[in-house]
Amino acid sequence: MALEVGGKSIETDEEGYLENRDEWDIEIAKAIAVAENLEMSDSHWEVVNFLREYYEEYQIAPAVRVLTKAIGKKLGKDKGNSKYLYELFPYGPAKQACKIAGLPKPTGCV
Amino acid sequence: MPETKKFLYVNRKAPYGTIYALESLEVVLIGAAFEQDVSLAFLDDGVYQITKGQNTKDIGMKNFSPTYKALGDYDVNKIYVEQESLDARGLTLDDLLPLTWEDEDDDWAEKESIKVISAAEMAKIMEQSDVVFSF
Amino acid sequence: MSQLHTVNKSPLERNTLESAITHAVKGNALLMIEDGVYGAMRDTHKSDIVSDAMDDISFYVMGPDLKARGIDETRIIDGIKIVDYSGFVALVAKHDATQSWL
Repeated sequence: MALEVGGKSIETDEEGYLENRDEWDIEIAKAIAVAENLEMSDSHWEVVNFLREYYEEYQIAPAVRVLTKAIGKKLGKDKGNSKYLYELFPYGPAKQACKIAGLPKPTGCV
Repeated sequence: MPETKKFLYVNRKAPYGTIYALESLEVVLIGAAFEQDVSLAFLDDGVYQITKGQNTKDIGMKNFSPTYKALGDYDVNKIYVEQESLDARGLTLDDLLPLTWEDEDDDWAEKESIKVISAAEMAKIMEQSDVVFSF
Repeated sequence: MSQLHTVNKSPLERNTLESAITHAVKGNALLMIEDGVYGAMRDTHKSDIVSDAMDDISFYVMGPDLKARGIDETRIIDGIKIVDYSGFVALVAKHDATQSWL
């Protein structure tokens, strides 16, 4: 599969995750969000950016449970719960937000 | 409340020459979702997995050593390293990654995950485990 | 005839390095690659087998493999030379034959 962004063709796997993480930029993120039917707000970007930082440090996309706990610690308890995160990303924060962040599917996430 | 079992993952291989180390780490991360009582053991060449300063850019492989530092987030905080294995390799605790976890019940105090123990103590930990995965 | 021996196994797990050293003759070269580079470290239980053979065999170790494993150059046994990929090729070209100990 491929995603057309700004005249360029970006390779993705069959589920829409980027094949090459280094190709990621903000325009690609927006295009993936459109494909996911998501209107990106600052709150969405906050989670996406958090995931990118987490990956940079630990070289993995965290499981939902870990993401929730870590977000709560970094961004406040009101955001560190699955209700808040599922409202932003209805098909699963780890799955959808990771896809938009250009990261692989979280380990153990089927 | 389902019964909690004691899981032990035994790591005995160096990190990049074979796939065992990475496979073990992935199984640990996946298994962490099941909220069991998880311990990790590093002995023999397995101690090489958690050494500091790994940089794989010139060999074209993924450096997965930073991922061990995420284990605390996954509530995996009992990491046993065998003293005899370190000694045989000229290594000390200072050569290992600082692996820590935050104790929610103690105001998120940061605590050490690594315990360096003797082979005899390691044998006891193995004996007391309900499920052992050996890599 | 001058042979190059390559060793890619950790000496703390297998006897590959020991066997290669035993079967190398004076004037041969031995290059440690992949997990074999652990054999280049000082102060291990296997360091002596390298140090003791140093007069007869020239030892080399792959720099990129050391770096991947976080082994600093200061921890290498004196007398072992660090090479990169082109150095590996040069060693192969310089010797009459290469034996890969697996």
